[in-house]
Amino acid sequence: MKQQLVIIGNGMAGMRTVEEILKKDADLYDITVFGAEPRENYNRIMLSPVLSGEKTYDEIIINTREWYRDNAITLHAGDAVIAIDKAAKTVTAASGLRVPYDKLIFATGSDPFIIPVPGKDLDGVVTFRDMDDVDQMLAAAKSGGRAVVIGGGLLGLEAAVGLKANGMDVTVVHLMDTLMERQLDEAASYLLVSELESRGLKVLTGANTKAILGDGKVSGLELDDGRTLDCSLVVMAVGIKPNVTLAREVGLDIGRGVQVDDLLRTSAPDIFAVGECVEHRGATYGLVAPLFEMGKILGASLTGDADASFAGSVTSTKLKVTGVDVFSAGDFSGGEGTEDIVFRDGARGVYKRLVLRDDKIEGAVLYGDAADGAWYVQMMKDGVNISDLRDTLVFGQAYAGGTQADPKAAVMALADDAEICGCNGICKSDIVTAITENGLTSLDEVKAHTKASASCGGCSGLVEQLLAVTLGDGYEAQTVKPMCGCTDWGHDDVRRLIVAKDMKSIPEVMQELEWTTPNGCSSCRPALNYYLLCAWPATYVDDNQSRFINERVHANIQKDGTFSVVPRMFGGMTNAAELRAIADVVDKFAIPAVKVTGGQRIDLFGITKEQLPAVWADLNDAGMVSGHAYGKSLRTVKTCAGSTWCRFGTQDAIDMGIKLEQMTWGSWTPHKFKMAVSGCPRNCAEATIKDFGVIAVDSGYELSVGGNGGIVVRVTDFLCKVDTEAEVLEYAGAYMQLYREEARYLERTAPWVERVGLEHVTARIVDDEPGRKELHARFLASQEALQEDPWAARAQGTKDNHEFTPLKIVA
Amino acid sequence: MWMEIGTISNIPKLGARVVKSAGGDIAVFRTADDEIFALYDSCPHNGGALSQGIVHGKAVACPLHNWNIDLVTGDVLGPDNGCSRTIAVSVNDEMIRLQIPDVKATGTNG
Repeated sequence: MKQQLVIIGNGMAGMRTVEEILKKDADLYDITVFGAEPRENYNRIMLSPVLSGEKTYDEIIINTREWYRDNAITLHAGDAVIAIDKAAKTVTAASGLRVPYDKLIFATGSDPFIIPVPGKDLDGVVTFRDMDDVDQMLAAAKSGGRAVVIGGGLLGLEAAVGLKANGMDVTVVHLMDTLMERQLDEAASYLLVSELESRGLKVLTGANTKAILGDGKVSGLELDDGRTLDCSLVVMAVGIKPNVTLAREVGLDIGRGVQVDDLLRTSAPDIFAVGECVEHRGATYGLVAPLFEMGKILGASLTGDADASFAGSVTSTKLKVTGVDVFSAGDFSGGEGTEDIVFRDGARGVYKRLVLRDDKIEGAVLYGDAADGAWYVQMMKDGVNISDLRDTLVFGQAYAGGTQADPKAAVMALADDAEICGCNGICKSDIVTAITENGLTSLDEVKAHTKASASCGGCSGLVEQLLAVTLGDGYEAQTVKPMCGCTDWGHDDVRRLIVAKDMKSIPEVMQELEWTTPNGCSSCRPALNYYLLCAWPATYVDDNQSRFINERVHANIQKDGTFSVVPRMFGGMTNAAELRAIADVVDKFAIPAVKVTGGQRIDLFGITKEQLPAVWADLNDAGMVSGHAYGKSLRTVKTCAGSTWCRFGTQDAIDMGIKLEQMTWGSWTPHKFKMAVSGCPRNCAEATIKDFGVIAVDSGYELSVGGNGGIVVRVTDFLCKVDTEAEVLEYAGAYMQLYREEARYLERTAPWVERVGLEHVTARIVDDEPGRKELHARFLASQEALQEDPWAARAQGTKDNHEFTPLKIVA
Repeated sequence: MWMEIGTISNIPKLGARVVKSAGGDIAVFRTADDEIFALYDSCPHNGGALSQGIVHGKAVACPLHNWNIDLVTGDVLGPDNGCSRTIAVSVNDEMIRLQIPDVKATGTNG
C-alpha cells in the first residue's frame, strides 16, 4: 500500500515539494493537501501585477484543479488543519475531516505582520498577502480616494504602485530613511523615490505610524511627529512572520519559525517543514527562490535521494513594478575589506554597484538596468575570482573578457550549471536537456516542462535565447507575437496596459511602452487608435491620421483612386423617396456605376474625393446617413421578409433587424461586423455566416455567433435561444462589446471565437447575467458618446475640409 | 520651376495633401517633426494614391496594398521593390515651394 503524505498548506513551497515528488517517483505516496484559502495553488509573488491590472488571477494559477485531479492529489481547499495527533498520526481539519499520515509536511507559510497601533482593526485596514487582500484593495480603489501604505519595502511599494494604477491617491509611509533598505543602498533608493514621485506617489521616509484614525472605518493616519494623513484605506506591508500557530500547539520546536535541520526535518518524527514557516540555521526566508530550493530538496529526500540537503541560500530580489528595473543580491553593506565598483548614468537613471571582497562579488545593487543580475548572482554563488574581468565587470556579461554584445554568444558561453531561473533553481543544462529530449520549441513549453521563467518571468529572455541557441534555425520567435515591428508587446498586453496604466493617447502609449519607432507604423497606429477609443469612448480624441483612408474620409477607396458611397438602409429597408434621392444623386454627379451589395444596400461607384461632401449632403437631405461600408465597424443587418409578408415567417424579422441596426450603427469594432435576422429556419437572410446571426423560431429567437462568409467560410456556433426582441438586443449588444473589448485589431469574430473558445463566450454572455448586462450597458454608453453620422459635419463643410480639396492646382 | 503651393499648417501632421499639376498629381507629406516631402502621387506597385496613405516616420504606407515608400528617396522599403519619383521641396518661413517639372517624365525611375 502507498504511504499517506499530508501537506498542510497549498502554497508555493508546499506544491513545489509535491511537484518534485511527482517528478521523482509519482507512485510512492497518496497525497492529500489542505489549504486555508478556497483556491487552487497560485503564484503569490505575482499578486502585484494582478493588483495593477497587468495580469488576471487566472494567469497566475500555477496548478489548476485539473492538475490535482490528474495527479490523484486530494485537495481540501478552504479547509484549514486545526489539530494533529502525533501519536495516532492523524490530522484534523476545521470541517471535522480526519486524515491519517505516514509523513506530514508543514507548509503553512507566513502571516503579515500587524503593527500594534490603535485602530489596526478598523474597517479599511488591509494587508497584502493573498488574493482576498487584492480583491479588497481593488474594491476600495473603485471608489477612488486616498490610500496610505505603511511600509516602503518590496511588497509595500508594489501595493502602492498597484493602487495608484487603480486611480487612488497614494502615500507611502516608511519607518527607515531609505526605501527597501534591506535590498537597496541609499543611491538606488534615491533614484527609486524620484521615479515613484514622478509617477505621482508621495513618499514619506523616517515616518513612524502612531495611530490609525477612524470611527468604525478608516478616516486617516497619525504619525508620531503629529502629522495626520487623510485616507480611506490603509495597507500594512511592514513584513511577514512565519505562521507557527499550529506547529506550536503540536509541540514542535519553534524559534522564529518551525526549526528544521538540513533535511528539513522538524523536532517530531515524520514531520517536515518547508517554506516561509521554517527557521533553518537561524535564518528565515521570505523570497521565492530559497523556498523552492527547500521544496526541491525535501521532495528529493522524501523520494529516497540520500544526498539532498539544504545549506541555506543566496537570495536576490527584483521589484515587480512595470518600468522600474531594480535588482539586488547578497551583502552590499560594504565595510572594511570590501571594495566598490560603481557605475552611474544620470541621464538614463542607471546605477550599478558591485561590492567585492577578496576579488569575489559579495553583493550587487542594480537600478535602471538589471539585465545582468543573474550573471552576478551566479558568480557570487560560485565564488568566481573576478580579477581578470574587473575592468569591464560593471558593464555586464556582454562585455566580459572584451567580447562584443551578442546576447546569444553570452548565453552559449554560460556553464552548464549556470542558474537561469533563480526562482525555481533551474540551470542551463536542465533547460537544454528538456528542449532536446522533448522537442520543445516555445517558451511556454519550456515553462511547462521545467518551470523556468514560470514564476516571476524575469528570466524569460534568457530562456528564449537558450531556445534560439539550442534549436538554431528551428526556433521561431517568442510565444507572444508582437503587434508589429515597432514593439515587443503583443496586442493583448497593450490593451490591458492601456487600461491598467490609464494611458489616454497614442504618443503616451508609445512613450510608456517604449515603442522603437518615433510614431509607429500603418499597422500599430490604427490598432492603438481603436484600443484607446474602445477603452475611453467618452473622452478619447480620435486620431484621424491613424485611420486608414476609408475611415478617414468615410468612403471606400477603389483601385483607380475614386471612392464608392453606400447610404445606410436600416434592416435593408428603403422607400421611394430614398430611391428617388439616390437616382437624383447618380444623375447630378454622373456616377458611373450603381450596384446592389451582398448586405442589401446600394453602392455608388466612381465618385471622386472632391465630390464626396456634395454627394453626402444630398443623401443627408433625403434622411440617409453613412452606411459605414468602409469601416471596421457595424456594417449591415440583413433581413428576410419575415412574418410581415412571408407565409413561412414566424417572427417580424424586418422589425428585429431594424432595431438591431438602430442600436449598433456607427459603432467601431476590431474588424467589420455583420449581422442578419432570418424570420424562420429556412434562413433566407443567411444568418449562419454572420458575425451575429438571429434565426426566428415559433417560440422566440435562436442566436448564433462567429460566422464568416469570406475566404474561409465558417458557419456560426449556436449560442442560445431567447424569447423576446429585448433579449435579442441585450445579447447582441453584450456580444459586440465582448468582441470589442477582447479581440485583437483586424481579428474577425470567427477567428476570435475559435481562439478564445465558444465556452468562454457562452460563460460571459449566457451564463453570467449580471456580466452580460454590464457589457450591454458599456456598449450603450459607448454608442451614447460615439454614434453619429460622420457624413453630416463633412457635408456641411465643418470638418476635415483639407481631405476633400487639393492643396493647390497648378496649370 | 519652383512654385509656392501652401504653408505647412495647410497639411495635417502625419498627413498629406495633393497638388494637381499638368504632369500628374503630386502628394505633399508632413511628418511629425514638420518636415515636408513630395512624391508623385502614385505607388510603384499599382498606382495607388500615396497621398491617401498613413504617414509614419519618414515613410508612407500605400492605402491599396500597404507597400511602404521612403519619403526621402521615393524607394520602396523592403521586402518589395520599386521607386516613386520625388519632387524637390524647399520650405521658407512656413511657405512650401515645389520644383515642379514642366512635363512628367515617367511614373517611376526605379
